[in-house]
Amino acid sequence: MASASIEHAHEHTQQGSAWAGGKEPFKASYGKLMMWYFLLSDAFTFSGFLIAYGALRFSMPTWPVPDFVFSTFPGGFHHKPLLFVTVMTFILLASSFTMVRAVQEGHQENKRGVVIWMLLTIVGGLAFLGCQAWEWNTLIGGEHMTVKVNPFGTHTETGVYLEGDGHDVKKGDTFQPGMSYLIHKHDNEWAPLKYKVTEGPNAGVEKSQAFGPKAFGALFFFITGFHGFHVLSGVAFLLIICLNSATGLYVNRKNGYEMVEKIGLYWHFVDLVWVFVFLCFYLL
Amino acid sequence: MSHLTYDQSKTIATKTILILAVITVFEVLFALLGKGYLVEGFHIPHWITGGVMIVLSIVKAYLIVYEFMHMKYEVPGLVKTVLLPTLLLVWAIIAFLAEGDYWNNSRARVKNPVPAQTEVNN
Repeated sequence: MASASIEHAHEHTQQGSAWAGGKEPFKASYGKLMMWYFLLSDAFTFSGFLIAYGALRFSMPTWPVPDFVFSTFPGGFHHKPLLFVTVMTFILLASSFTMVRAVQEGHQENKRGVVIWMLLTIVGGLAFLGCQAWEWNTLIGGEHMTVKVNPFGTHTETGVYLEGDGHDVKKGDTFQPGMSYLIHKHDNEWAPLKYKVTEGPNAGVEKSQAFGPKAFGALFFFITGFHGFHVLSGVAFLLIICLNSATGLYVNRKNGYEMVEKIGLYWHFVDLVWVFVFLCFYLL
Repeated sequence: MSHLTYDQSKTIATKTILILAVITVFEVLFALLGKGYLVEGFHIPHWITGGVMIVLSIVKAYLIVYEFMHMKYEVPGLVKTVLLPTLLLVWAIIAFLAEGDYWNNSRARVKNPVPAQTEVNN
């Protein structure tokens, strides 16, 4: 009875003018269209952050070299520039692929397929968050970078070290402008190394390592944190929709597995943002 | 809605993810090559590596939006309402980077400038 009357009403509105309702603008459902516009506004938010990063970076004479800053790898490996973030990128890309597969299975009305591919997507999201947690932990706990203190500085002159730090730098090592360094903490005290400038107008002057631009730490934690929060909320929504699929909620819905499509849009957007975070923070 | 069959869309998804993976590996290797990590003493000017990275990232963004998010199969009106506003960002990027550069160049003219790199005080 009920379904017959709905069908009747649907037929009726189809005959009316464009303003009578019942027609989908852009042939997309309300939910999907609004997801697109939400993502557009979110894209502007992220762009604002990344453009602020660019403006502040351009306003500084020096900036930490990313392949020096991001060169640790789990298991005590050092000097593996960009390797770990490449792994993170691959995890997120792979989870985007599994999401596409879930949406395709949804079109096929294959409940089992949707649930399996969505579970894989959730695993990917959690793996990415785990990697980010490890990266943050290394930066904060191991290298003592915080929102306010950035121990990654960059040389602006040519010189020679007058002491070593017991890690990578030895006494007598030389450096050129543009090379980054990390100021270590010994016994909870900052231990900037002394060096002598060997070229230019300051030749012969003894100096010690200075902290890098403060904005670097704040921007890094804020922007990757904001992205990570998107991943986290994405995982939560994926879980809800995966459970709904598993219980068969979408089997009887008129629009079928459209919720899977909508969360899919969001999830790909998170991947899309990572492409640009990866570009700005790690590649450039 | 796409008019593709299930098998066709599966093939497209597999192809797209492979292209994305290859581009990412290439980006990382090119960045490391440009900075002299791979071949001793070999460097590529920063503006070349940077330009290549930006172009490749836009290609990746295109693939994600058009294939994964199915923008390719939406009606032109939807595509325009979503993509045209992002063109505003082009000016935002140019303006703010120019502004940042101006701050950097104005450093010498500021009376009490905040030092770019601060001394360590324990």
